[in-house]
Amino acid sequence: MGRFFLIATPYFWLLALFLVPFFIVFKISLSDPDIAIPPYVPNLNWNEGWPGLSDFLTQLDFENFGFLLTDDLYWKAYLSSLRIAVLSTFLTLLVGFPIAYGMARAEPRWRPTLLLLIILPFWTSFLIRVYAWIGILSTEGYLNQVLQFTRIIESPLTVLNTPTAVYIGIIYTYLPFMVLPIYASLERMDLSLLEAAEDLGCSRISAFWLITVPLARAGIIAGCFLVFIPVLGEIVIPSLLGGSDTLMIGKVLWEEFFNNRDWPLASAVAVVLLIVLIIPIILFQRNELKQREAEGS
Amino acid sequence: MVDPWNDPDAKPLISFQNVTKSFGSFLAVDNLSLDIFEKEFFALLGPSGCGKTTLLRMLAGFEAPTSGSILLANRDITPIPPNKRTVNMMFQSYALFPHLSVYDNIAFGLRRQKMPKAQLASRVDEMLTLTRLERFANRRPHQISGGQRQRVALARSLAKAPKLLLLDEPMGALDKKLRQETQFELVDIQEKTGTTFVIVTHDQEEAMTVATRVGVMNEGQLVQVEAPDVIYENPNSTYVASFLGQINLIEGRATPTASGIDLVWAEGQPRLHCKTDVVFSSGQRCHLAIRPEKIMIHAEEPESRNKVCGTVLDIAYLGNISTYHVELISGHVIKAQTTNDRRISRRSFTWDDSVWLSWTDTAAVALAN
Ligand SMILES: Nc1ncnc2c1ncn2[C@@H]1O[C@H](COP(=O)(O)OP(=O)(O)O)[C@@H](O)[C@H]1O
Ligand SMILES: [Mg+2]
Repeated sequence: MGRFFLIATPYFWLLALFLVPFFIVFKISLSDPDIAIPPYVPNLNWNEGWPGLSDFLTQLDFENFGFLLTDDLYWKAYLSSLRIAVLSTFLTLLVGFPIAYGMARAEPRWRPTLLLLIILPFWTSFLIRVYAWIGILSTEGYLNQVLQFTRIIESPLTVLNTPTAVYIGIIYTYLPFMVLPIYASLERMDLSLLEAAEDLGCSRISAFWLITVPLARAGIIAGCFLVFIPVLGEIVIPSLLGGSDTLMIGKVLWEEFFNNRDWPLASAVAVVLLIVLIIPIILFQRNELKQREAEGS
Repeated sequence: MVDPWNDPDAKPLISFQNVTKSFGSFLAVDNLSLDIFEKEFFALLGPSGCGKTTLLRMLAGFEAPTSGSILLANRDITPIPPNKRTVNMMFQSYALFPHLSVYDNIAFGLRRQKMPKAQLASRVDEMLTLTRLERFANRRPHQISGGQRQRVALARSLAKAPKLLLLDEPMGALDKKLRQETQFELVDIQEKTGTTFVIVTHDQEEAMTVATRVGVMNEGQLVQVEAPDVIYENPNSTYVASFLGQINLIEGRATPTASGIDLVWAEGQPRLHCKTDVVFSSGQRCHLAIRPEKIMIHAEEPESRNKVCGTVLDIAYLGNISTYHVELISGHVIKAQTTNDRRISRRSFTWDDSVWLSWTDTAAVALAN
């Protein structure tokens, strides 16, 4: 019995916190908008029994999904989000890997402090930290002040309200999610493996590519997913730092939901976003499974 | 055939020349000189922390000597990085690559030297056969047993056919039975491949079993370098004598005689006689070192030049042999060993029996320090 609960707990968790909300959103996406509370029809009336249910079901349709195809705003926003998510995941990896590597190779007595420094930003609200970047990146901001003071540039740079600002914000915000899993996998690594590789004829650099990177693979993949998935639906950073010309699906979702009060269409956007996210996750898992089978025996 | 280390014309494969290695102010290896010859199976023996691993790591190129030089085939290898040395090392922890199969682990070094595919495959197969790992080629290191992992590490380090193979406590992680089997296998492989082996161990039995010569180390220095039987029978110091196997050390003052010394060692005890070539001055402090198996045990007073009398304090029964701890009137405890050629119930001596111990003039070694 105890065993049953142990195994059932994660499934229950999945059901309550993922599947049920997903079906509620999916149901709304099949409805039509209405000026009412809640702002959509039809509503299921439990008192009418079976006829009520079938009446309710016949009123559901995929109209909203069709609409997503007619207006090119939506697929452009999806593509733009994908592009931003892929590129910023890559950039975060580029910045995060050396940090994780440095931490894992630091003297053991320094490691807890370094780890604390990585986690420290979480103690301030995410929103406040992103606002702080406005103060840094704006035309009169600290960045331009420093660059002009040191005479590196003459006239101020325009960074705020450009895609660059969005990338800076994303890399800054999601860096810990990249660093921590990579650090965990690097820290576990036995350093005599590198000596063994050198002993067998590797240069330092090829030992890095042949030993360190493959052994950190699980951490790299986990870090990339932890960054890619939330960035794809990111809304706060593009809204605050990206200005009007940074198109991201999270922002579109927000506008449909709160500005247009079109819940059904917003739900359709959310459902498609979820499907876009599920595809890479499934691909990743299938790849893992194949690899494990190949190792087999 | 003359052993190369006794042949003044023989050229050593490796030569340590006044090598010192310090970590900060700590001397891990202290002004050490040593020649090792081709096809030797050389064992470095010493307690934990005496600098054995440091010595190997200098040969492999992971540590540079603080002073002195190391020659490999008459060439100073100090400036050569580890990946360019014709030396391979089998690590204490094995250091097998966990993400590669047994096959790929063994092929790793060959791939780095860009060996052609067909040749590589046959070389790896040869190594797999040599170490009896054919059936495990596709497994990952975590999917095989400790003994198999040890053989993968050996195969991997032998694959490139190095001039010199370094083994750092290769059997430390194995249980005793497996260790003994593996020791013989190792000797076999060494003879088959003709590679020079330098093995590090803190297990004296292992050193005696596998080595052509043993170097006993203490605190970064070599105390004695000799063939195993010489080390065992003729230790040059009490340190070496007590490091290898059991031994009785009797301290006293020497009186030179025609063929050796007489030892005055305790009040009321007769002098002990010992044949030796070492010259002692009269009254010089001296130790007699006698192996327990060279001491005979009797119920009656024997005819012998060296004999003492005492009572049985303790008996260590080891199955094939028993060690009797005999306490003399002077308080000294002397260990004597007998083989158990009778059933234990018919053993001649038991606790608190009064017994005589005797040995010949040549049984003991006289040590000045
Ligand atoms: N990298 C190092 N830094 C400081 N001290 C070291 C280092 N490597 C070894 N030592 C010290 O040198 C001594 C000899 O070490 P080692 O050669 O590993 O001994 P063994 O292999 O004989 O047990 C030890 O006291 C050890 O603490
Ligand atoms: Mg060691």
